[in-house]
Amino acid sequence: MNNAATAADPAESPMLLRVDHLTMRFGGLLAVSDLTFAARRRTITALIGPNGAGKTTVFNCITGFYKPSEGRIALQCGNADVWQELDALTERGSRSLVRSDGSLFLLERMPDYEVNQKARIARTFQNIRLFPGMTVLENLLVAQHNLLMRASGFTVLGAVGVPSYARAQERALDRARYWLDEIGLIERADHPAAELAYGAQRRLEIARAMCTEPVLLCLDEPAAGLNPRESAELGEFLQRIRDQEKTSILLIEHDMAMVMEISDHIIVLDHGQKIADGPPASIRNDPNVIAAYLGVEQEEVPEAEMMVS
Amino acid sequence: MVEPQANHSARLTRALRESAFTAAIAFGLFLPLIGFNTVQNIRNELILETRWPLLASLVAIIAAARFAQVLVISPWYERRRLAAPKQVAKTREHSLAGNLSAGVILAFAIIYPAIALWTAGFQGAAKWIDNFGVQILIYVMLGWGLNIVVGLAGLLDLGYVAFYAVGAYSYALLATSYGLSFWVLLPIAGALAALWGILLGFPVLRLRGDYLAIVTLAFGEIIRLVLINWVPVTNGYAGIANIPRPTFFGIPFNASESGFAARLGLEFSPIYRIIFLYYLILALACITGAITVRLRKLPLGRAWEALREDEIACRSLGMNTTNTKLTAFAMGGMFAGFAGSFFAARQGFVSPESFTFMESAVVVAIVVLGGMGSLLGVAIAAVLMIGGTEIMRELDFLKAVFGSDFDPTQYRMLLFGLGMVLIMIWKPRGLIATREPSILLHRDMRTVRSGTHAAAGLLQDRA
Repeated sequence: MNNAATAADPAESPMLLRVDHLTMRFGGLLAVSDLTFAARRRTITALIGPNGAGKTTVFNCITGFYKPSEGRIALQCGNADVWQELDALTERGSRSLVRSDGSLFLLERMPDYEVNQKARIARTFQNIRLFPGMTVLENLLVAQHNLLMRASGFTVLGAVGVPSYARAQERALDRARYWLDEIGLIERADHPAAELAYGAQRRLEIARAMCTEPVLLCLDEPAAGLNPRESAELGEFLQRIRDQEKTSILLIEHDMAMVMEISDHIIVLDHGQKIADGPPASIRNDPNVIAAYLGVEQEEVPEAEMMVS
Repeated sequence: MVEPQANHSARLTRALRESAFTAAIAFGLFLPLIGFNTVQNIRNELILETRWPLLASLVAIIAAARFAQVLVISPWYERRRLAAPKQVAKTREHSLAGNLSAGVILAFAIIYPAIALWTAGFQGAAKWIDNFGVQILIYVMLGWGLNIVVGLAGLLDLGYVAFYAVGAYSYALLATSYGLSFWVLLPIAGALAALWGILLGFPVLRLRGDYLAIVTLAFGEIIRLVLINWVPVTNGYAGIANIPRPTFFGIPFNASESGFAARLGLEFSPIYRIIFLYYLILALACITGAITVRLRKLPLGRAWEALREDEIACRSLGMNTTNTKLTAFAMGGMFAGFAGSFFAARQGFVSPESFTFMESAVVVAIVVLGGMGSLLGVAIAAVLMIGGTEIMRELDFLKAVFGSDFDPTQYRMLLFGLGMVLIMIWKPRGLIATREPSILLHRDMRTVRSGTHAAAGLLQDRA
């Protein structure tokens, strides 16, 4: 496990997501190269780096939208002991190991919708992807599709209106109401999502992802386009999700103030490679990171370091 | 918004003045065009006839239309513009109007044969019930079926006629070869068409938009070509004739002793069968509509709409989009299969010529014209397009205007095109473009918007 267990995480909570030697090539372009990192339970892990560093590609690999060229992405639920089975599972060539006390999923082997359905990873998108013509409430109900489909007996029972489906729908509505309260959009529940202001659309997309009850929430630049006040509110909201919902967060973000404020752990990518990995305090002063952000050549790193000090 | 009395009487005067003016212009224009007519008598002499009643009625219609426009339509339009209702209030009012008009339309559809019999008599009614009623309802049903695929799931299917053909040939072949009854074969034809929908669905699942449209178009052509060339089974161009007609739960509609008319002690007339067919297709169309309305409020229907809005977001939320698309294809195909087997039973004859691309294009046009996803809009569009085509056969007076070899049906495509262009300019999202939410959180919209129509509260959340 040594290669995956990344540098000191003060919380030392059990590992949730483990990315090993992830490589992604698009034709001749090497978008992500041999990336290894881990995200821990009940933490906010930030993935930062300059534009084009490969952050969104990593997200797409984790959430099943891309099949990685090489590497392994594993997620664990329940009892952390199942991690011991990881190599055996990889050898066996199956997608997942589901036990009553803990499960293990090899995400790179799963189709995109199963990553959410089975492994319970939810995501948002860099350019907001709501269902614009549908109402805010409907957006949150679509997120509970699998649950409601089962409750409606794959439509047959629901069509005849069995009471168990009515109860399931009521529960789904309760969950939607809860999240609408959380994001302050309860009044706007019956309005088309496209009519919402930009910041509200961002919040709605997060709430929609949370309605799938994920163990890991992947947010692709959630603060993009928000004003400083909205960003601060978003930061508090994400911390609330981490502390109250038992959902860990993996975050791509350019708003450094927010990243430093809320993250427990930061991974820095540049040109598809990991250049730093650690708690915010150490990343802030990491010369490689500063060089990457200021666009300084590698040889000049000592100078950049001097600039900081 | 009550207008002052003075304003109202001023408007009335203006309306009278303008309608008189319009009537004068119409009279001047139509006097030579309509008022006089030349005909040849038996000795080949040209004689001048006058047609005062026709002229008078046309002028009266035009004057009345102008009067109504000035007095009613334009103030209403202005008020509507000025009021600029909030989006939600508009949706509520729209749903109120929609429900009312749906009820009125259904009631009219139910008493329509009686009206036709009353106004046109036993002989004349057959044409109005069969050519208008049944024909329009077949397309309403096809439109509602395709609405699931195109309007809800957002999958542009240009080969919808293939499912219609599968349904028609399933009934034709199974009924002629095995003698099974219509009521047994109706679900079988629907199931077979649904199966074809799934078979079509599998290879084209990865395609979207234009590419999907082209592949479905090709699929529709493949089915037609198979029907033409698989002569041992389908009898090629000659088609299948002598398809058994549907019976009234076992009682045939014929002139025999045990026929429907004889049993009820009525004089035999083909009109009974036509009326029966009318109610049959009305019931089938209503079932299609009811199922669509129900499905929209279930997770599957919402999934279809979500798929139309954003497929990638759907997958990120754990939705198996493959299955969701297949159910849309299967469901749409099934309704086309029902309609197809009804078509075969009604005609008693099927041939590949009934299943050309033109049919698919008409159904797609109905769905697009009606407003994607709106059942009421699709029904109105079907009435306009199919009823409009049929009515052109009836416009004999145009021969008086344009000469006796003028055939209005020849201009059908031209008018289609014109209609589509006008709709795209005025109502680019179809006749009824507003989408009704499948579920509402706030039963009483006053908590959200104060300007909501009071009666709207009654209609909230039937989910």
